[in-house]
Amino acid sequence: MARIDLVDLAHSYGGNFAAPESFALKPVTMTWRQGGAYALLGPSGCGKTTLLNLISGIVTPSRGKILFDGVDITPLSTQKRNIAQVFQFPVIYDTMTVGQNLAFPLKNRGVPKAEIDARVAEIARLLDLTPYLERKATRLTADAKQKISLGRGLVRSDVAAVLFDEPLTVIDPELKWQLRSKLKALHRDLDLTMIYVTHDQTEALTFADTVVVMHDGRVVQSGTPAELFDKPAHTFVGYFIGSPGMNIVPAEVRGREARIDGHTIGLDRNYDGLPPGAKIEIGVRPEFVDIAAPASGLLSATIERIDDLGRVRFARVRVGDAKFNARVPPGFSVDGNEAGLRFDPSHVHVYADSLLVEGK
Amino acid sequence: MDKTVNQKAWFLVLPVFLIVAFSAILPLMTVVNYSMQDTFGNNQFFWNGVGWFKELLDPTTDLGERFFASLWRNLFFSAVILAIEVPLGIVVALSMPREGWRVAACLVIMALPLLIPWNVVGTIWQIFGRPDIGLMGYTLNSLGINYNYVSNEFDAWATIIVMDVWHWTSLVALLCYAGLKSIPDAYYQAAQIDGASRWAVFTAIQLPKMNRVLLIAVLLRFMDSFMIYTEPFVVTGGGPGNSTTFISIELVKIALGQFDLGKAAALSLVYNIIILIVCWVFYTVMTNAGADRGPEKGVA
Repeated sequence: MARIDLVDLAHSYGGNFAAPESFALKPVTMTWRQGGAYALLGPSGCGKTTLLNLISGIVTPSRGKILFDGVDITPLSTQKRNIAQVFQFPVIYDTMTVGQNLAFPLKNRGVPKAEIDARVAEIARLLDLTPYLERKATRLTADAKQKISLGRGLVRSDVAAVLFDEPLTVIDPELKWQLRSKLKALHRDLDLTMIYVTHDQTEALTFADTVVVMHDGRVVQSGTPAELFDKPAHTFVGYFIGSPGMNIVPAEVRGREARIDGHTIGLDRNYDGLPPGAKIEIGVRPEFVDIAAPASGLLSATIERIDDLGRVRFARVRVGDAKFNARVPPGFSVDGNEAGLRFDPSHVHVYADSLLVEGK
Repeated sequence: MDKTVNQKAWFLVLPVFLIVAFSAILPLMTVVNYSMQDTFGNNQFFWNGVGWFKELLDPTTDLGERFFASLWRNLFFSAVILAIEVPLGIVVALSMPREGWRVAACLVIMALPLLIPWNVVGTIWQIFGRPDIGLMGYTLNSLGINYNYVSNEFDAWATIIVMDVWHWTSLVALLCYAGLKSIPDAYYQAAQIDGASRWAVFTAIQLPKMNRVLLIAVLLRFMDSFMIYTEPFVVTGGGPGNSTTFISIELVKIALGQFDLGKAAALSLVYNIIILIVCWVFYTVMTNAGADRGPEKGVA
């Protein structure tokens, strides 16, 4: 139970003298609140596991500090950090029963037997493992084994945080959903800080109150799922979150107007004073671009294909060299490939060198 | 589906059959044949039925007494070297480096004893232990320890056991090292997170993960030590008295020393059967241990 502060934390597997660009984790300063449910989201190799291993102490940072409740714990070993971690693949102690597996972290710390039994019983109940407590853990399925790993992570009530490193990779999709809701429920019941690493946006957005998006060793945005969706701070967030991702196209922006391929789109805010020489792009989620019959005043586009996702349909269109995904309104039909695009100006964002520019 | 009859296949199978017949089945049958007969030389043979086997398994006869005495020696020897080499091999494997140039250096040094021909190993220790010129024998005697493997039974046994440990612990260690290397890092990390002590890591992770290679190591070392011949023959020649005469040494004495082909054949068959039974037991144990790992259905 603790607030976790990362102060200018950075890591390079090549040592502290490696080139700054080669750092697996570029300097980051942030705070994780006690009791929060966080997700670290990003593609493979973005540094999220490195960040997790730094917090748990498996990896020692090249620079920076980690504070638990204001106390610097950077030099402490994993054992002394009071942290729990669940790994991508189930880790089971072969010779032990399910119950002994769950009790192992407590037993190693000399917790009294009565307390261990009570805690193990509670966690087993929460994870539906009670019927298997007396069984040898090796003989269970991968799902059950991963549940045991989760249980070992959750069994200690005094941990500063529980870290999950893509814990549902080996689980069947159907059970994945159940386990994720279970984790969410456990988070409410146990009042633990949880940090969940994943590359799956659905997992991250459903699990966490705060999603931290990482890209290329940097934390690019940290916010609620709604914030990430409505106002991506970085083009990467826009493109990575959402399905399909945000449309990001180069544009000329002047004042309250953006020009794409000779057409002008109105903007809600004023963007005077953009940094000169920067790469200017506009970003708009497909949900806020409607396709319509060609008309004057609409950006004209060529339809390449229409994907039916069940509840909604998205059209893949081309405007000059740029490609767009746009929502297809119910009942829409058009002759030929030509169509127009209608933008919702309040959801069109402007990016300079990939970073969000706040308009006035 | 109809089976295709293809008689040409016989021409492909026949060479293998002939090779196996001439290399294994015929020699073995010759031994079976000898074991049922007696000879007084001159290539004259007399039918003896199961007489030799009866004599062999009856400890009151000379042959039976020699057989059982050497059998117990063999079993005792195997038990002792397993009890030393397996734990020692594990300790060596645990203390070997995990990465860097030291791994290669370690592996080469460890493999050296395994590469030395067996009779050379025997000769090395035969000389090494001599009280007059051997480094070990001379040093021990200079220290006031009366060591002489030629005249003292205990010294003879100690020499042979130490020699075997020197020769073969590397094998156990290398197998264990391979077993240890195959444990994913996540296990060690999880153990750290769970606050496990060094001993708990060993008993909860390393030992259970090594049990397959350990079974193989025990199997290999048992068979090898049970069939041991060259090294004790070179060092002690089976002496002092008969104190280090193992079954194989006894067998050679009977077959080539006394030219009792019938007795020797009977003894080799029984010897062979003992090894086969032990292998079968080990194989069963190993496959059962393997079956134990598979997931049960309907448990989630």
